Parts: sequence; structure tokens; C-alpha cells
Amino acid sequence: MAELSYRYAVAEGLAREMRRDPAVVVLGEDVAAAGGVWKTTQGLLDEFGPERVWDTPISEQAIVGAAIGAAMTGLRPIAEIMYADFLGVCWDQIANQAAKLRYMTAGQLTVPLVIRTIHGGGVAKGAQHSQSPENWALAVPGLRVACPSTPADVVGLLAGAVRADDPVVVFEHKGLLGSKGEVPDDEHVLELGRAAVRRRGTDLTIVALSATVRLALEAAAELEGQDVSAEVIDLRTLVPLDAGCVLESFKRTSRLLIVEENPRQGGWGAQIAALVAEEAFWYLDAPITRVAGESVPLPAARGLENAVLPSADQVTETALKLART
Amino acid sequence: MTAGNGTVQWLHDRYADMRRIRRFEDITYTLFRRGTLDGTAHMAAGQEAVAVGARAALGADDYVFSTYRCHHHVIAAGAPMDRCFAELLQRRTGLCGGKGGSMHLTSVEHGVMGSYAIVGSQLPIACGAAWSAHIRGTGGVAVAFFGDGATNIGAFHEALNLAAVWRLPAVFVCENNLYAEFTAIATSINVEHPAYDRAPAYGMPAAIVDGNDVEAVHEAVATAVGRARDGDGPTLLEAKTYRRYGHSRIDPADYRPDEEEETWFARDPLTVTRRRLDELGVEASRVDETDERVGREVDEALETAMQAPEPEVGDAFADVYAEGGAGWRS
Repeated sequence: MAELSYRYAVAEGLAREMRRDPAVVVLGEDVAAAGGVWKTTQGLLDEFGPERVWDTPISEQAIVGAAIGAAMTGLRPIAEIMYADFLGVCWDQIANQAAKLRYMTAGQLTVPLVIRTIHGGGVAKGAQHSQSPENWALAVPGLRVACPSTPADVVGLLAGAVRADDPVVVFEHKGLLGSKGEVPDDEHVLELGRAAVRRRGTDLTIVALSATVRLALEAAAELEGQDVSAEVIDLRTLVPLDAGCVLESFKRTSRLLIVEENPRQGGWGAQIAALVAEEAFWYLDAPITRVAGESVPLPAARGLENAVLPSADQVTETALKLART
Repeated sequence: MTAGNGTVQWLHDRYADMRRIRRFEDITYTLFRRGTLDGTAHMAAGQEAVAVGARAALGADDYVFSTYRCHHHVIAAGAPMDRCFAELLQRRTGLCGGKGGSMHLTSVEHGVMGSYAIVGSQLPIACGAAWSAHIRGTGGVAVAFFGDGATNIGAFHEALNLAAVWRLPAVFVCENNLYAEFTAIATSINVEHPAYDRAPAYGMPAAIVDGNDVEAVHEAVATAVGRARDGDGPTLLEAKTYRRYGHSRIDPADYRPDEEEETWFARDPLTVTRRRLDELGVEASRVDETDERVGREVDEALETAMQAPEPEVGDAFADVYAEGGAGWRS
């Protein structure tokens, strides 16, 4: 075990897959010579050379399109889209092409493609560099969606994504880049669709993802001091969704709190709420509750941004109210 | 006088390929008029020489990317016609099991890596196949077909630039049939040639070719493919052609002037090639025999497709994900 930053874990995870499989190639804006604007591809060009690590023009459609074409012809490309907001520029390639080619061709085409991007607010960069649009990807059958919350999960989920034969969108979180954690030295592969129970509890279930896992864990520690035992589930992937893990936990606690950074309006938490309402309604002891990003574009001013993004305090207060309902 | 790659037989074979496509498209149109076909179809009749001439310049390691107007590319590649018809009829034996339909004909075993119904979307994807061929060192070339309308969409420009700057083994073939759906391309660009005139902006070699002359298309594509295989990068070709039918289904194309139609129909690729075969001394009766033989083949393919079963409901849930099914949750 070595302690790595989340940021370094990305480069390490990519390098491990590139060492293992010569078909893995990396492309994106500034990913080669510059090592990525987030320094998440640092060292790859030196180790693997310019035939495996490619700087592209600022052309998101060309980046994802080229990755799709390479994926269907024998490579396993990893495309970087610098900010998740920029998925909007190449959404046709992702949602209409990558997601649907296998289906439309009755399995003749396979697109083993990874699209890495970075999401998340809290950086005072305004509405076009701060979003958490994982709910966009969640809404498209044919895509898989992974959102690692720890350095170990970064390595494990990247390995799982690269080895999957489907297009996978991996969201890394800006707010987590500097966080540290133990990463196994040996091969570490996480199968997509397996949630992690980060904390055991009995009074309520908190379902979180990516950076909101940290909020949920902070809140759970606070709640313990107030005699409330919260279970914290890190979904890790939205597709496949580990419905079994959520339902099993909820049936024990009978109270559900969902913590999501994407907007409440159409956010992934609504999917979890629907799942529980449809399949475990009779276990409910209190209304399903969501702490979510507000349904507004993200403002640049820190004070405003903080007011519309979920916080640990908000999770704690909401959880207390829920536990006492 | 030589023909195509040097033999009269070669040209006669290409004539047969074009006739096969024409027959297929004429039947498709008829099926639509009768209400036998559901959904939509974009007939490529009139544009056969582009598909057939280009295909004759390609090998087994090359890739073709097509558009919603794809029937000619897939048939030219050698996909079985009964499975093409079956896909249009949305039957289980169709190339895509009835799940793609007319706009998404695909036959990977014949090198046709999909037909893309979002205008221009296949161009970046073709870049990726070319990039992959380069990295894997296969010597393969990716050919992307697109219409004149695609030259105004961003994906076209991003793809051309990427291909040029990465010197990809790619050939971009514009089938300029003068109309972007129902709008004359001339009214939506400020240059004369929608594809050719854009190539200099990307530092890409380009040529205009008579898209109704199968020999001319073949020669131009063969030159471009040779350049790509030699590592000299991509080429953009603009083939001037014209569709016999409207944009899709039973669009009567009322927006086209009569004189324009007359001029172009007189230069129909089948007429052009027949005339050429005549010049080369091929008896008209032999060409008539080809018409009859190919016609029978296509009719038989239709009959086979009409007997094919509908897809089963379970098919709707297959192949969403690589594991085979539609499992979005565990």
C-alpha cells in the first residue's frame, strides 16, 4: 500500500492500464506534453511516448469521435474532456454515437471507450466550469457512469472502465484532487456496479457519490455525537447502479437521505428515490429526503456558490430531522 | 482505350454493381409508395458511381463510414442484398436485426463500420479508425462519405483539421448532390464548392471529381488511398452528383428546377457507363443481359427478405451493453 493523492492516482491508474495493455491509448487537450491541465496525465508521455499519448486540438467532437473510431477498430482509447461542462460540445458523439452503436448494429460494433472528465463546484469558476452533469450521462442507455471518491477507487474504477467493453464516462472531482488515500500496490480492479458501504449504521441510510461521500462521512461523524447512527453508501457508479446495496441498507434503516451535487432538478438522487419508492415503499418510516445542488446555474461568487451546493452542515441538519421524524 | 483498372470487364462489373444498387433503390421507392416500408429511407439512386468507384479502390483492411443515405455504400461493399432489404423491412434477418433500419445499415465483415444519421458525425469517427490503423500499423485507410449539407456542421471541420494535423490515413468523400435536404446548398454557403473550397483552410489536398463517372471516381479515390497508405495524410474529394429521387421516402423534390433535373438525368451514371461500354465495343445486348441478371438477383433478394420473420420482442433488450443485455442496474 502506498499513500497517493487522488490527482496522482489518476496518472497511476492510467499508467497501470497502459503497461498492461498496449491497445490503451490516451488523447485529449494538453494531456501529453503538459501532463494535463489538472496534472492527472503527468508522466504518461515520458513513459509511453507520442504514439500512445496524443495532444489534440481544442475539438471535443473530434476527440470523442476519434476515440469511438479507434475503440471500434481494436484500440482501448481513454479520451479526456477537460471539464465536464464541455461534454455539451461533444454530446452527440457520446449520447447518439458511442452509446447507441452496439445496439443499432445488433452487436456488430463494440465501443470499449473511456471518457474521463472532471466535475464539481466549489472553485468559484462560474456556470461553465463547475457543473456536475453526471445526471446527463445517467439518462442515456448504453453508457456506463463512474464517479470515484477515493484514490484507491480512482485506480480501481479506471481499471474497471478500461477493461469494460462499453463506453464509460468517468467523472473525477476537482474538490478531491488533493485528497490522499491508500492505494493497493498490486493490481486493483473494481467491477463497475458495486457500491461501497463506507460506514455502517442503523438509523438511516445516506447515499452519496464522488465528493458528497466526504460530506456524508463528515455528517455521520457529527451525527454519532448526537446518538444517530448513519450508514453511508458510496455508489461509485451510477450505471450500473448497485440497487441491491441501496435496497438492502434501506430495508434495515427505513430512512433514506440522498446527497448529490448535481441539480435537484433531474438529479441522480431522483432515480434512487424512485427505486426505493417503487421497490421498498412499505419499509419507509419517513419521507425520502434529498440534499442536492439547487436548480440554478452555478454562480461564480463564493458566497452564492456555497449557498447552492450541498454542505456537510446541511447533511447533518437534514439527517437529524429525518432521524427524528 | 482502357477502362478503370485497365479492363473492359472491370467496367462492365462496375456497371453491374451500379445497376444492382439502382434496382434496389427503385424497389425501395416502390415499397414506400405502396406503404410496405415503415419508417424512412433515403434513396441513393443517381449516386451509385461514387460508392462503386470508391469501393473498387479499397482493400480488406480499409474502413467505410456512411450516412443515412447508405444503401449504395453497403451494397457496393458486397453486403447480401436480402439482408439489406430485410433491414429496411425491419426484419430479424436484417443486417442489424431490424434495430438499425434504413439509415444505419452496417456490415462490419464488409468493412462498413456504420451508417450515421446525425449529419457529419461519422467524420470524427472515421478519423479514429484511421488513427487506429496508423497506430496498429495495418496499412488500412478510412473512407468517410458525407453529403454537401455536412460541410456546414462543426464535426466536419473538427475532423478535417484533426486528420490533417495528425496526417491520418483517411479519405473524405463528399457526395455533392446539390441539395442539403430540401435546400439548395448554393444558398447556404458563400463559396462555390462546399467541400473542395474548405480544404485549403486545413492544408489538405483536395480534388473535384465527376461523381457520375465511375472510372473518374475510382481513379481519384485510388490516388487518395495510395497517398494515405504511403503516410502522406488525408485527401478531400468532392464528387459532383445528383439524386434521382427526393431527399427521403416519397419526397417529389419539387424544389428542383426541371431544366436542372433534365441536365443531370441525361448524365445518369448508368447512362454514362453504358455509353462508355459501347465505345469500348461491348454489345448492347450483353449489357441488357447484365441488367436482366442483376434485376433477377435483386428481385430474389427482396422475395427472401419479405419471407423473413419480424424481430422478437426480446431483441429490443439485447445489445445495449456488451454483456449482451440492457442491465443498467445490478
